[in-house]
Amino acid sequence: MRKVAIIGVGAIPVGEHWGTSLRDMAVEALLNAMDDAGVDKVDSLYVGNMASGSFVEQENLGTLIADFAGLGHIPAVKIEAACASGGAAVQEGFKAVASGLDDIVAVVGVEKMTDAWPTDATRYLAYASDAEYELFNGASFVALNALVMRLYMKEFGATEEDFAHFAVNAHKNGANNPYAMFKKVIKVETALRSPYIADPLKLFDASSVCDGAAAVILAPLDKAKEFTDTPIEIAGIGRAVDTINLANRRELLRLRATIEASRRAYKMAGVEPKDIDVIEVHDAFTIMAAMALEDLGFVPKGQGAKVASEGQIAVDGDYPIQTMGGLKARGHPVGATGVYQTVEAVWQLRIDAGKNQVPDPEIALTQNIGGTGSNITVNILRRV
Amino acid sequence: MKRLLKPIKDVGIVGYGAYIPMYRIKDEEIGRVWGANGFPIQEKSVPGIDEDAATIAIEAARNALKRAKINPQEIRAIWTGTESKPYAVKPTSTIVAQAIGATPDLDAADFEFACKAGTEAVQTAIGFVGSRMAKYAMAIGVDTAQGRPGDHLEFTAAAGGAAYIIGEKSDETVAYFEGSYSYVTDTPDFWRRQHEHYPRHGNRFTGEPAYFRHVINAAKGLMEELGYTPNDFDYAVFHQPNVKFPLTAAKILGFPMEKVKPGLLSGIIGNTYAGATLVGISAVLDIAKPGERILWVSFGSGAGSDAFSIVVQDAIEEKRDLAPKTWDYINRKKYIDYALYAKHRRKYII
Repeated sequence: MRKVAIIGVGAIPVGEHWGTSLRDMAVEALLNAMDDAGVDKVDSLYVGNMASGSFVEQENLGTLIADFAGLGHIPAVKIEAACASGGAAVQEGFKAVASGLDDIVAVVGVEKMTDAWPTDATRYLAYASDAEYELFNGASFVALNALVMRLYMKEFGATEEDFAHFAVNAHKNGANNPYAMFKKVIKVETALRSPYIADPLKLFDASSVCDGAAAVILAPLDKAKEFTDTPIEIAGIGRAVDTINLANRRELLRLRATIEASRRAYKMAGVEPKDIDVIEVHDAFTIMAAMALEDLGFVPKGQGAKVASEGQIAVDGDYPIQTMGGLKARGHPVGATGVYQTVEAVWQLRIDAGKNQVPDPEIALTQNIGGTGSNITVNILRRV
Repeated sequence: MKRLLKPIKDVGIVGYGAYIPMYRIKDEEIGRVWGANGFPIQEKSVPGIDEDAATIAIEAARNALKRAKINPQEIRAIWTGTESKPYAVKPTSTIVAQAIGATPDLDAADFEFACKAGTEAVQTAIGFVGSRMAKYAMAIGVDTAQGRPGDHLEFTAAAGGAAYIIGEKSDETVAYFEGSYSYVTDTPDFWRRQHEHYPRHGNRFTGEPAYFRHVINAAKGLMEELGYTPNDFDYAVFHQPNVKFPLTAAKILGFPMEKVKPGLLSGIIGNTYAGATLVGISAVLDIAKPGERILWVSFGSGAGSDAFSIVVQDAIEEKRDLAPKTWDYINRKKYIDYALYAKHRRKYII
C-alpha cells in the first residue's frame, strides 16, 4: 500500500449561501483546492455528501460536480455515511491512491441545507437515525443527543455550564477563521441563557443548519513534493459502525465506533493519543465533543466536560479542539464537515492557521460522526 | 431611465388618522412561556376580542375624515392594504366604505403585498387623484398580524393601522407628495400559502437579501431621482418589523437617530405589518412643522419597497388636533398575560 499525502486544500466560507447552488459551491471549493495543489486535472473524484436528494432534490453528485468542474470522463462517485460522509470520502480517496489505482484524487465535501424549511431539514437529518424505531417515533437527533447528555450529567455530575465551555471555545476560535459561519466571541452566560431545544440541550449546545463545501487533493507521498513544499501525510485512517438505534447499545455513554475507528487509525499511523497535537472532534452537540475526548483516549471516561471547563481545550491547552471553530462556530454543513476538518488540520500542520495556530504541531486527528455515533471516521494527519 | 413616480397634478394628504388597540403584551411575557430571552422589542399591541382589520381600519378612517373635514360621499375610492383580511373572499374596504358613509359611488378593493400593502394603496390613490379621476381617495394600511406560537414572529406581530385621504395639493392638504419610487423583486423571504393560518419566513434570509436590499435601494432610488441627500430630510420612517432593522437601514443610508426615532414605534407597539409605516408617518405628522420634509419607506415581503418624499404644509397646525393623536393610542394601554393574549388571538382551538 502506498503512502498518501494531501497536496492541496480549498474551501468556501460556511454560511447561508442563498444565492449559490450546491454545484457552484462544490466546484468553487474543488477549484480552490486544485489551484492550491497546482493541478488542472485529477484521476478520480469522491464527493462527500449526506442528503442532497432531500435538501435540494439532486443526486448523482459525482457526475454533477465532475461535469461542472470540467474534469472530463473520470470516475466520480458520491460517498454517503450520514454526517460522516466527508470523513468517509477522504478515506475512499485515500484508498484509491494507496492502492495504486489513481495518482491524483480529488475529494470534495458539500452540503446545501438552507434551501430546506427548518423542520424539513431536521427530518432529513433524522433519516440517518433508525427510521422505524427512532424517526417515526419523533426522536430527532437533538432529542437523542439530549437523552445522552442528561444521562452523562447524571452519571458523571457534569453541569450545563461545563458543556457551555465547548461553545465558548468554538466561538473564540471561529472568530479568527475567515471560513467560519459564526465569528462572534461569546461568554459562558450567553450559552447558558440560550433557550432549551430539548432539555438539557440548549441552542448553544448545538451546531447550526448551514451551507458549505471543502475539498482536498491527494497524491502518493513519494510524488507529493512535485506539487508542494508542504505535503501532509494521511498517516492513518479508521472507520467503524455501531448499532444504528441508540436504544440497542449496551453502553450509552461510550461510542464504540469512535473507540474502534480510532484504534485502527492509531495503529495504522503508529501513534498514540499522547502524540496528537491537534484534535478536530465532531461537536455537532457539546455532549459529542465531551464523549469524543474520552473515547479517542485523551481523557478518562467522565472527564470530557470537566477538561473543557478547566480551559484545557483551548488552542494552547493540553487538548486543543475546535481549533478553527468546530462544528459549532465554523459550521456543520453535514456531508462537508469531515472535509472541512481535514482542511483545517492541514492548515494547522502547515503552520497556516493564523491566530489559532497550535504551537508547532506534528500530528492532527479528525473525528467525524454519522448518526448518533453509529458511523464514525477517524483520520490522522502528519507533517512530513 | 426615469424612475420617479409623479402624477400630472400634485397631490397631498387631506386627512390622516391612526388607530392602535389598547391591549399590550410584553415580549418578556411571551418569552416566559417559550423559554426565550433577548427580545426584538419591548411590547406589542394586541387586538381586543372583537377587533379585527376591518374595525381598526374603520377607526383609522374615521380619524382621517375628522382631519380631512370632507363629506365622505366625495371619496371615490377606498383601498385597504392588509394581510389579515377578516374574509378570504369579500373586501374589507367595502365594510369601511359602508361604515364611514362613503357608499355607493366609489371604487373599493383590498391590496395584498405583505407589509407593503398599505403603501401600495397610497401609491394607487396618488395616481387616482393625480390623474383627476377622483377628487379624493382613501388609502389604509392595517393588520392584526399573526405569529406562529413560539416563532420569532410572535414576539413582534402586532395590530394597528392608519388611513390617509389623498386629494389634490391645496391649502387643505397637511403634506404633499414630491414623488415616489417603487422597487420590487421576486424574493421569497416570508409567505403564507392558501389555507395556512400562520406565515412562514426564511429566518436570516429576511434581512440582507430581503429587507435591507429593498429598503436601501428604494430610498436611494428616490433620493437620487429627487437630487436629495439625508441632510434634506427632517424625518425618516422605515418599515419596522423590529427596532434593529430600521435603525440599521438608517445608519447605512446616513440618517441620524434623531430623524428616525419619532416615527419608530415598533419597540412599543410591535410590527403592525401593512400599517407599520402609515402609523409611523402619522406619529411624525402629529409633531412635524410646516416645511419639514419626511422620507417614507415601506417594505413588504415577497418583496418590495415603496419610497415617498412628503413635505409638511401649514394646514397641519390646525388639523392635527381634530382627532386623537398616535401617541394618545400608544399611551392608552392595558397589559395582558399570555393566557389572555392567546384568547384574544384565538390560539385556543375549542
